[in-house]
Amino acid sequence: MIRLSIPVRQALARLTLPVLIAVAFGLMLLGKADTLLAERARIALSDALAPIYAVMAQPLDHVQLLLRNGRRVLSVFEDNARLRQENERLRHWQSVALALDTENARLKANLHWIPDPQAHYVTARVVADAGGVYARSVLLAAGPNHHITKGQIALDDRGLVGRVTEVGSRSVRVLLITDLNSRIPVTLEGSGARAMLMGTNGPRPRLMHWPEGVHPMEGERVVTSAEAGAFPPGLIVGTVHYSATNIPEVQPAARLDRLEIVRIFDYGLRGVLSPEAGDGPPAWHARHDRRQINGR
Amino acid sequence: MDDRPIAEASRGIRRPGIRPRPSLWRQLDMSARFSFPALSTALLLLLLAAPLGLDCQAALQGAVALGCVFFWSVYRPSSMPPLAVFLLGVLADLLSAAPLGVAVLILLLLHGTAMRWRRVLARQGFIPVWLVFSALALAAALLQWLLTAALTFRLLPPGPALFIGVLATGLYPLLAVALIRAHQTLAEPDHA
Repeated sequence: MIRLSIPVRQALARLTLPVLIAVAFGLMLLGKADTLLAERARIALSDALAPIYAVMAQPLDHVQLLLRNGRRVLSVFEDNARLRQENERLRHWQSVALALDTENARLKANLHWIPDPQAHYVTARVVADAGGVYARSVLLAAGPNHHITKGQIALDDRGLVGRVTEVGSRSVRVLLITDLNSRIPVTLEGSGARAMLMGTNGPRPRLMHWPEGVHPMEGERVVTSAEAGAFPPGLIVGTVHYSATNIPEVQPAARLDRLEIVRIFDYGLRGVLSPEAGDGPPAWHARHDRRQINGR
Repeated sequence: MDDRPIAEASRGIRRPGIRPRPSLWRQLDMSARFSFPALSTALLLLLLAAPLGLDCQAALQGAVALGCVFFWSVYRPSSMPPLAVFLLGVLADLLSAAPLGVAVLILLLLHGTAMRWRRVLARQGFIPVWLVFSALALAAALLQWLLTAALTFRLLPPGPALFIGVLATGLYPLLAVALIRAHQTLAEPDHA
């Protein structure tokens, strides 16, 4: 170690803070100029943390379950009454659905309908709420040999959650549909009109760019549209809800505030890809190339 | 709070007295106590990124970072050097998926301000320090909003960022109770 005189050491100590502040500005510029760098750093950190969080998740789940059960005990009578009513209603809908299902199958058989290919999916646990003040995303723990790639689609048991934006060796980041950067082509189920769903960082993303003459109806179901080849058509996103300022928003069907288990679907769609998206495993490259050749 | 031992410790002045032999174990103990402020802050940040199911976890993370860095910068700056603040900022940025450098700059500025005023602040009671902190936290929140908007080229609602400032202000008394206790016991190298 170099021995410095006391004044030199004091001067150096006084210089540290301004230099580090300058470095912070440099970091901002660097993060802006080379977004890949920040992404790599984030992936490295997530990969290191995901296994730890996955271990923590189980006891945490138990504690949360205990708390939730404690709260449920208090409202058990009301819940029972409500559930009985709901059960009645659902039984009616079940019979309707079964009838429609058989009718649908018969019609499809008559039309020689080519069924949609079954999408391949993997299930992953949400290990961290990786969102910030101006970002909504979640971190999933994935095994070391997962085949998840960028652009795959995350769903929970009720509806669309978001898209995979960062893939590490042990962790996967999913950008939620509520994020400020999220843009999703959707179809209004009632009118069949196309629109865009824009994340606002709030709990409900905003509906925009619907065609003239069409008005999104309160309570209308919103599903994904195959426009731009980023999503398969018909995935449930949510229902239209007008905000207090009369702006049409979408109440997400997925429970985005308490995601625990998420399924990542590979629909084989490579419509919207960022330039660096070719970082996937070699097998994926081969598939991707073949698809491109087939496409031409 | 008596500022003298802190000021002396930060300048590396050793007071006279009988000391145990500096065995390896004692040195380990001392360095652990010395690095407690920075390490505990980092651990808190990591813990608050876990899926705890809290409603405003992202804001909580920012508020805790502000509170911890301010407290240790005022009461034990030798254990919260600028480099540690810098690394904490990078960690906070990476965890919160914010544009890289925003939390780094904010925490460094907070640290710098706290360092500049600490001669006065460390002699005050709790309430004046809290008031100063709440003003600084609100300024930090405003800066975060400005920087994030500038770096993403977008007009953002200032609400979520300001909420961090308010949350930090409200959280500080709770945080200070725990940190003062830690400051006098766990983080005190002379206790080793």
